[in-house]
Amino acid sequence: MKILVPVKRAIDYNVKVRVKSDQSDVDLANTKMAINPFCEIAVEEAVRLKEQGKAEEVVVVSIGSKACQEQIRTALALGADRGIHIETEQSLQSLQVAKLLKKVVEEEKPDLVILGKQSIDSDNNQTGQMLAALCGMPQGTFASRVVINGDSIEVTREIDGGLQTVAIKLPAVVTTDLRLNEPRYASLPNIMKAKRKPLEVKAAGDFGVELSSKVKLVKVEPPAQRQGGVKVADVAELVDKLKNEAKVI
Amino acid sequence: MAILVYVEHDNAHLKAENLKLVNAASKLGDELHLLVAGKGCQAIAEQAAKISGISKVLVADNAVYEHQLAENIAELVAELGKDYSHVLAAATTTGKNFMPRVAALLDVAQISDIIKVQSADTFVRPIYAGNAIATVQSEDAIKVITVRTSAFDNQDESGSATVESIDLVKENSLSSHVSAELTKSERPELTAARVVISGGRGMQNGENFKLMNGIADKLGAAIGASRAAVDAGFVPNDMQVGQTGKIVAPELYIAVGISGAIQHLAGMKDSKVIVAINKDEEAPIFQVADYGLVGDLFDVLPELEAKL
Ligand SMILES: Cc1cc2nc3c(=O)[nH]c(=O)nc-3n(C[C@H](O)[C@H](O)[C@H](O)COP(=O)(O)OP(=O)(O)OC[C@H]3O[C@@H](n4cnc5c(N)ncnc54)[C@H](O)[C@@H]3O)c2cc1C
Ligand SMILES: Nc1ncnc2c1ncn2[C@@H]1O[C@H](COP(=O)(O)O)[C@@H](O)[C@H]1O
Repeated sequence: MKILVPVKRAIDYNVKVRVKSDQSDVDLANTKMAINPFCEIAVEEAVRLKEQGKAEEVVVVSIGSKACQEQIRTALALGADRGIHIETEQSLQSLQVAKLLKKVVEEEKPDLVILGKQSIDSDNNQTGQMLAALCGMPQGTFASRVVINGDSIEVTREIDGGLQTVAIKLPAVVTTDLRLNEPRYASLPNIMKAKRKPLEVKAAGDFGVELSSKVKLVKVEPPAQRQGGVKVADVAELVDKLKNEAKVI
Repeated sequence: MAILVYVEHDNAHLKAENLKLVNAASKLGDELHLLVAGKGCQAIAEQAAKISGISKVLVADNAVYEHQLAENIAELVAELGKDYSHVLAAATTTGKNFMPRVAALLDVAQISDIIKVQSADTFVRPIYAGNAIATVQSEDAIKVITVRTSAFDNQDESGSATVESIDLVKENSLSSHVSAELTKSERPELTAARVVISGGRGMQNGENFKLMNGIADKLGAAIGASRAAVDAGFVPNDMQVGQTGKIVAPELYIAVGISGAIQHLAGMKDSKVIVAINKDEEAPIFQVADYGLVGDLFDVLPELEAKL
């Protein structure tokens, strides 16, 4: 089995983003970037399936500027076998990313594509589902457990009411939730080894996909700031304030 | 052209989110149609027909839609959606699951998690865990949208729309439902509750979450949790509040033993009144709390229950 893992370069989850003063976008200059945490979980899952002998090859793909190659190298250091970088300076939206990924799926013919459920910058939660629809594949989204059963897989999904398990036929798309696994740290020898793993670079413009979206960003503003409140001395004061000042109980 | 709204239900109950979802749709200013897809969901459709502002409820009642699996629900909604200007669903795990497929099948973008309708083509949505608020304008012929229902008011239920069956059966040979493990609770749903009390890593274990029961009973509250509490196995996943869990905006949110990471704040900072109980006076949660109480939760919770 071959597994394809799309990974996104995104803001580090510890960093609080700032909005540009002209409200044109967020300001990412000099911001610490990393592999999107859900994509890291996706890489980990693929590598574990390989280690269990259930997959032969793990291919990672990232779409974006040249800097994405850092995140591809990170994924290779975590155990992926080779990388594909689809280079573009344009910032793409989910449908366009999904269309490019579909081309990669057509070329690589993976049995399983594992994506993150959500990128923590756009908070879109779309790409995996769109890719699945474009490829006519079933999907197991928000996965907390994946079990391979021959030509189908069982995916346990984190849903609003609890957990749901679905069976889906391969080839399929899975998107990861937080509790699917705990990603490992890349060891120094593996980071060194990753530098020699193959990384193929392609231009996004060569795929015959329309890269611009019909959705335009009008402006980006900072959220309304909450006024920090007061500290209360004890439980009695808290209850009094909630009853008589805030009037919420 | 009219607007199509996907009704959230489990074949037995109409979810509370629908009233807010329809309220968001009503701001688009055109005729509203609801779609109820499921198995044995006629009663849901009758109930949904009472939501104000609706002109028609379409019912696709068939065993193939019983579990509302994304593969065939998306095909159904995309086929119907071709004749609408907008297709909306709540940004629940159901909506998030099938709606991007609908968008892809219609070859349009999806606008996720809107918190405001500016006009029929312009919407406001949070990005970066709510640390930035984007206004986006869509030129797509059909706007596929998921709605963050916590940002909208409840629509009245004084309507009487017509209910119409549709005979459109999309078979699904790609996926099937195996089982569900649903959390049972007598408490209100997190996303619909007037009061939410959430526990974090500071609770130490699942057993200690019982310390919140008495308080929740007295306040009619739902109980939530931080990711750390869920990851540690104290409580089930569906209790997670945050950027990648549930988004809540109750009248009162009480955070107990939660530090206030940006991912947690993203899920609760639009609550009307926030209370933080934490033994570390430097915890970032205090920066968003209206009332902060520095103290050990194991002392504070029993006392709070007694004084309410
Ligand atoms: C991709 C990603 C997505 C995430 N999504 C979410 C999400 O949706 N929701 C979410 O919550 N988090 C999310 N997180 C995790 C988030 O970054 C934090 O790790 C998490 O919120 C911390 O939970 P906590 O506050 O319970 O734990 P901690 O940060 O460990 O804080 C525990 C707090 O309890 C206090 N405490 C301890 N003992 C006591 C006591 N006896 N009495 C009083 N106070 C006490 C401590 O002072 C401390 O402030 C996400 C992280 C990532 C990377
Ligand atoms: N530019 C990209 N390159 C590679 N993968 C991506 C890209 N954008 C999104 N993805 C994948 O899609 C997932 C969900 O992203 P999103 O739909 O943007 O929230 C991510 O976790 C990635 O696995």
